[in-house]
Amino acid sequence: MQSFWRRFFGNPRVVLSLLWLGFIVAIAAAAPLLAPTSPFAIVAKPFAPPFGEFLLGTDSLGRSLLAGLIHGARTSLLIAIVATLTAVAFGTLVGAIAGFYGGLVDDLMMRFSEFFQTIPSFIFAIVLVAILAPSATSLVVAIATVSWPPIARVVRAEVLTIKAREFVQAAIVAGQRDMPILLGQVLPNALSPLIVTGSLLVANAILIESALSFLGLGAPDLMSWGFQIGAGRPFLRDAWWLVTVPGVAILLTVLSINLVGEGLNDALNPRLRDL
Amino acid sequence: MSDAVLAIEELRVALPSWADRSYAVDGLSLTVQREQILCVVGESGSGKSVMAKAVLGLLPEPHVRVTGGRALYDGRDLLRLAPADMRAVRGGRIAMIFQEPMVALNPLMTVGRQTDEVIEVHTQLRPAARRRRVLEVFGDVRLPEPERILNSYPHELSGGQRQRVMIAMALALEPALIIADEPTTALDVTTQAQILRLLKELQGRHGTAILFITHDFGVVAEIADRVAVMRHGKLVEQGGVAEVLRRPQHDYTQALVAAVPSLVPRQAARNGSSAGHERPLLAVSGLRKTYLGRAGLAWARRRVPAVAGVSLEIRKGHALALVGESGSGKSTLARLIVGLERADRGAILLEGIDVAGLSRARLRPYRKTLQMIFQDPFASLNPRWRVGDIIAQGPIVNGTPRKTAQGEAAELLRLVGLDPKAANRYPHEFSGGQRQRIGIARALAVKPKLIIADEPVSALDVSVQQQVLELLDRLRTAFDLALLFITHDLRVAAHVCEEIAVMKDGVIVERGATAAIFAAPQHDYTKALLAAVPGRDWHR
Repeated sequence: MQSFWRRFFGNPRVVLSLLWLGFIVAIAAAAPLLAPTSPFAIVAKPFAPPFGEFLLGTDSLGRSLLAGLIHGARTSLLIAIVATLTAVAFGTLVGAIAGFYGGLVDDLMMRFSEFFQTIPSFIFAIVLVAILAPSATSLVVAIATVSWPPIARVVRAEVLTIKAREFVQAAIVAGQRDMPILLGQVLPNALSPLIVTGSLLVANAILIESALSFLGLGAPDLMSWGFQIGAGRPFLRDAWWLVTVPGVAILLTVLSINLVGEGLNDALNPRLRDL
Repeated sequence: MSDAVLAIEELRVALPSWADRSYAVDGLSLTVQREQILCVVGESGSGKSVMAKAVLGLLPEPHVRVTGGRALYDGRDLLRLAPADMRAVRGGRIAMIFQEPMVALNPLMTVGRQTDEVIEVHTQLRPAARRRRVLEVFGDVRLPEPERILNSYPHELSGGQRQRVMIAMALALEPALIIADEPTTALDVTTQAQILRLLKELQGRHGTAILFITHDFGVVAEIADRVAVMRHGKLVEQGGVAEVLRRPQHDYTQALVAAVPSLVPRQAARNGSSAGHERPLLAVSGLRKTYLGRAGLAWARRRVPAVAGVSLEIRKGHALALVGESGSGKSTLARLIVGLERADRGAILLEGIDVAGLSRARLRPYRKTLQMIFQDPFASLNPRWRVGDIIAQGPIVNGTPRKTAQGEAAELLRLVGLDPKAANRYPHEFSGGQRQRIGIARALAVKPKLIIADEPVSALDVSVQQQVLELLDRLRTAFDLALLFITHDLRVAAHVCEEIAVMKDGVIVERGATAAIFAAPQHDYTKALLAAVPGRDWHR
């Protein structure tokens, strides 16, 4: 385990990414303190340039871009993480049961997951949000619904191989019941690929959330990066910072999460690196 | 020493910094003489394979690399040869035979083409001449219908045929030296016997020298002219085969030779309890299991009868060895008996109660009577559980309070010869033999009456194998356990069990007292099996 941490933190990309993510998380957590007024409040005249009265200037309605960015971090991270956790929980359940019981159960569950995989995921998410009416909850539901099938596939594949290992058979011979075997013997050994896939899923969830907000399908009472880009888009030529700053925030955050996920993968499977 | 084909002098191969020792091969000197088979024997980790790879420039550099010494072939040092010159020697003048022919052969090319390629690379022969040469060597290694084999893919051939193709490839250019790394380890005993005979015969005919790497003293007795024993990368002893096997000088060699189970069968006389009319602990009758292939429609799938009508019984405190080659159905039979698979037909009477048709849940109360020891000491322990929890798991499931079970686990660890403190450690901290001891402790934890052991020592080195077998034997007497011991190794079977059952193609072809069967086998297959045991004429 020690060598795992050494490999993980010995990777400079991972350290930089973690620094950035830590920064974003701190800002999101301290949002009410850093920007006490509502990010929707009109605080100055529109299109104030950056480095004036407000550090990043104001948008077309005179709202502070920085305050929006700070509160947007909160929205993006919260929705992405909750959606990912939901997707991981559901995907793990489906994948574990399919892999463990096999046969007809497996066939049914995998056809069920394929049903979700065959629909283009972003369009499916739009349809779901449109049906459910835009809100934070429906964003979470939509993102989780389109994200769980890959998790189910990964978990199923892991469970299939681990199930055939002799220690699982030893547990069966010892008389352990199915659920304790699945939870105590099989799943802990399937954890590493699950963590890697899950961490990459967070990045994907941030992208989906931003895209939905950009289209105006985000939670109406929550400021978000995607919404800021959507609101600033018509003024791209006159006030380029309205789009660029939240865009760079999304880029860096998603990139950081991907690099951390990759770093986790390398640290958990050191042999893949050597070869 | 003018007739030395290969002279290795003070060879030294460094391991990467994270390995448990700094040199895989440490100052090794060996010579392989013309027309001679030199066997290099050693346990796993002795550096014998690394030595062979170093000679051929096949080391996984830069992690493992040669740091000193010479390997002289034909006056040239192989270790310092330019890559292009090395390629000309490798495959052409020095050929190699690998352990696993299925992995060593390219699955997408016919074996004829692969053999042809060897000749194409190293000679100027025209296609027609190459083809003649391929057919000639295929005939040489006794492949049936060389014309047909020529156009076969590796998966269409049996394991023995694939290894013959590998040998044919090695022989195609009449090399001066063949390096064979455990070439028969992956094969069944009867196939192994054929391949060994073939190698010996071809070596005699072509005058090739062979550097034969093996862990099996039986094989050494069968094939070697000279023997070199390796340990921890160093040469321990070398000499003529008769001297080393009969009068080993070094302590380590003596221990290794002594650890090889003898073929002298165990006597049936066990004091007292052989009452004839007692109800058997386990009685299996007419057991059948057929697997259906995954491909094709439900009614047209390939049917593989794994167990085709097996009956056997084991009495309290008795041990039965189930012997057979791979694919004979012996492991399936074990899995049926412990309830990991469900039989299609037949009865499994455990103390008079039929458990054959029971579901996993209904079977649970009977689990305590019957436990299993698994083959692979690395896969059979959950890497994320502490050893103590692994052993205590069975009793806890059966209702023993956790504290009591943990205490018993510590006691069991002592019983199998491990420190009770091991309970707080994880499986990866133990060696293969120690893990197998943990597996045995786990099986004993629920105080079973019958233990089914599926090849429990076949993944272990000889010296460790001997210790584990002794432990098993001691525990069997101490707890009056019955044992169904599944093995492919007749030596081990003779050593452990008074009774033996020989299985082939899903049926038991012969059964009886080990001594009687060894003295006078009735079935042809049993005779073939006994004749194939490597080194059967060698008695210590």
